[in-house]
Amino acid sequence: APMTVRDALNSALDEEMSADPTVFVMGEEVGEYQGAYKITKGLLEKYGPQRVFDTPITEAGFAGIGVGAAYHSLRPVVEFMTFNFSMQAIDHIINSAAKSNYMSAGQISVPIVFRGPNGAAAGVGAQHSQCYAAWFGSCPGLKVLCPYSSEDARGLLKAAIRDPDPVVFLENELLYGESFPVSAEVLDSDFCLPIGKAKIEREGKDVTITAFSKMVGHALKAAEILAKEGISAEVINLRTIRPLDRATINASVRKTNRLVTAEEGFPQNGVGAEICASVVEESFEYLDAPVERIAGADVPMPYATNLERLAVPQFQFQIKHRKHDSGLFESLLTWSTLLRRLRILFVQQRGLVSDPFECGFSVSP
Amino acid sequence: DSTPLTIETSVPFTSHQCEAPSRTVDTSPKELLSFFRDMALMRRMEIAADSLYKAKLVRGFCHLYDGQEAVAIGMEAAITKKDAIITAYRDHCTFLGRGGNLLQVFSELMGRRDGCSRGKGGSMHFYKKDANFYGGHGIVGAQVPLGCGLAFAQKYSKDEAVTFALYGDGAANQGQLFEALNISALWDLPAILVCENNHYGMGTAEWRAAKSPSYYKRGDYVDGMDALAVKQACKFAKEHALKNGPIILEMDTYRYHGHSMSDPGSTYRTRDEITGVRQERDPIERIRKLILSHDLATEKELKDIEKEMRKRVDDAIAQAKESPMPDPSELFTNVYVKGYGVESYGADRKEFRAVLP
Repeated sequence: APMTVRDALNSALDEEMSADPTVFVMGEEVGEYQGAYKITKGLLEKYGPQRVFDTPITEAGFAGIGVGAAYHSLRPVVEFMTFNFSMQAIDHIINSAAKSNYMSAGQISVPIVFRGPNGAAAGVGAQHSQCYAAWFGSCPGLKVLCPYSSEDARGLLKAAIRDPDPVVFLENELLYGESFPVSAEVLDSDFCLPIGKAKIEREGKDVTITAFSKMVGHALKAAEILAKEGISAEVINLRTIRPLDRATINASVRKTNRLVTAEEGFPQNGVGAEICASVVEESFEYLDAPVERIAGADVPMPYATNLERLAVPQFQFQIKHRKHDSGLFESLLTWSTLLRRLRILFVQQRGLVSDPFECGFSVSP
Repeated sequence: DSTPLTIETSVPFTSHQCEAPSRTVDTSPKELLSFFRDMALMRRMEIAADSLYKAKLVRGFCHLYDGQEAVAIGMEAAITKKDAIITAYRDHCTFLGRGGNLLQVFSELMGRRDGCSRGKGGSMHFYKKDANFYGGHGIVGAQVPLGCGLAFAQKYSKDEAVTFALYGDGAANQGQLFEALNISALWDLPAILVCENNHYGMGTAEWRAAKSPSYYKRGDYVDGMDALAVKQACKFAKEHALKNGPIILEMDTYRYHGHSMSDPGSTYRTRDEITGVRQERDPIERIRKLILSHDLATEKELKDIEKEMRKRVDDAIAQAKESPMPDPSELFTNVYVKGYGVESYGADRKEFRAVLP
């Protein structure tokens, strides 16, 4: 039966609150308003104001209070209306939550979940469109989870709430309403996914594509198109950004000998950069081609529709201009240009095309 | 000797939107002598930490509490270990007050295995969870929302206990303090915000940092150099917080040392000011005078106590110096409670790596 990501998150919260009385929810508009994105819908009614707390719009204050409650052995689930606002509270996530267990030599554990939508939404401009996976992913002491499907959302959120360490749980607003088929096993209230394990969403033998969150959908679509042309792509849904499942990634690259990383965030010091470094360190001699990165544009998110489309990796991507301004667009590597490049790469290896760039960027699949 | 004894505080409490507690404090000869012992030990410990720092046995930052001892002592006298305490980086004496020992203090300062954080925290990160002491925080002001979170958990779990969140006059101007206080008041959290006003946020005098320092004391104004006044105020605040929610206590106190070891403490205040406080308001001298005027001990007996404390400190330092450095494998412990068997890397990732438990 299909289930939306929203319902998956909501049911996971509900079940964990029901199973463990120390679990509680706090954040802006999580109660009476039913959640800005309705993820906490019905929880106030079911568990009452003793378990569901509407906070003022003061992230530093309520994130700090959440961390303090976790020091004292409660299990808070703190919602940020979007992760853009978590910047107001980043000191408590990094300095108060991530480091306390280490600094106290194991005395002060911090079983807290920070959750909310992350990454680019649509048309909301630079301050409300950013992926923080690489930011939080760089901090030891944190665990960082990025669900894609409803199965991921349920299994990872339940695992996050049960985990004894601080977890940053990055959702995607544009996925909330998407439906995915879920099995009976996924619907079981004991269902949890392992933290730190990636999922091979589609097996392949010619190229590995790593992705997380919304980009997993794009990667699967790309793999389908490539399959029609006889290119077999393996798609890895990372699920966990930290601890990163280097073993699965490297094993896949050793099999396919090619790697493409995909994310919505900024390219510099991104998740793809870390994956690339890991593969260069562990599996360099297995690579048949340079690693390709798909990432957001290296600019703050613009507002105008056409500019925004140029800044987020789009699946459908039309460039009307040709070579005279290709210099500008060369850095905007997208799925469609990537597909083109991959085709060329494989065709070239079969000795059919001599210059892979003769087609420039004037493509749309 | 536990016979009841009543003593008047040196100055009256001032209050804002609440009834000030009585100036008459119940105590006993036993309590006064224990105040003297404990404060003398704290004083000696901090002076010794100063020497260790200068001998380069303590690294990094080191913030000393001498002068402010009455706050830690008076607070402990009013509460139990079920109540929680959280403070900033000037945490050595608070840790001692919660039942920590000297070996743990000096070992932690020197980064040794027997430290209260096994050498992984340092001067600013002492904890004692079994006595509800939650650190030891290095970021100015951050401990206040965290403390309100502890109070949140106490209320949530129906513990009938309170949290004391201590911060300085520098942190009193932080935005997150207001955010946390606002939420605590909305939710009636049993949080007691204790502003230890030592009148300088690092080197910036109170009046240069706060447009209105009266903002610090939306509650009770306490002579923070008078352990009995602190005790009385904390007792009052605990009852108040359990019944009505959060309250602020401002403790008028003073640190003799500079902000940290890199601060001689003399560029932004005069020597006369420091000497004046030592002569007029020293918390240990106040208790000494009380003990002598009530004939609870002789001058020689008090001197002997101080000598004994000095010896305890010296012995603990000698023992801490024998404590080994942490094992290199400790680099990778406690990053997570549950590490899922993931690999973690040292600075030289090819040579030094570990699987997290």
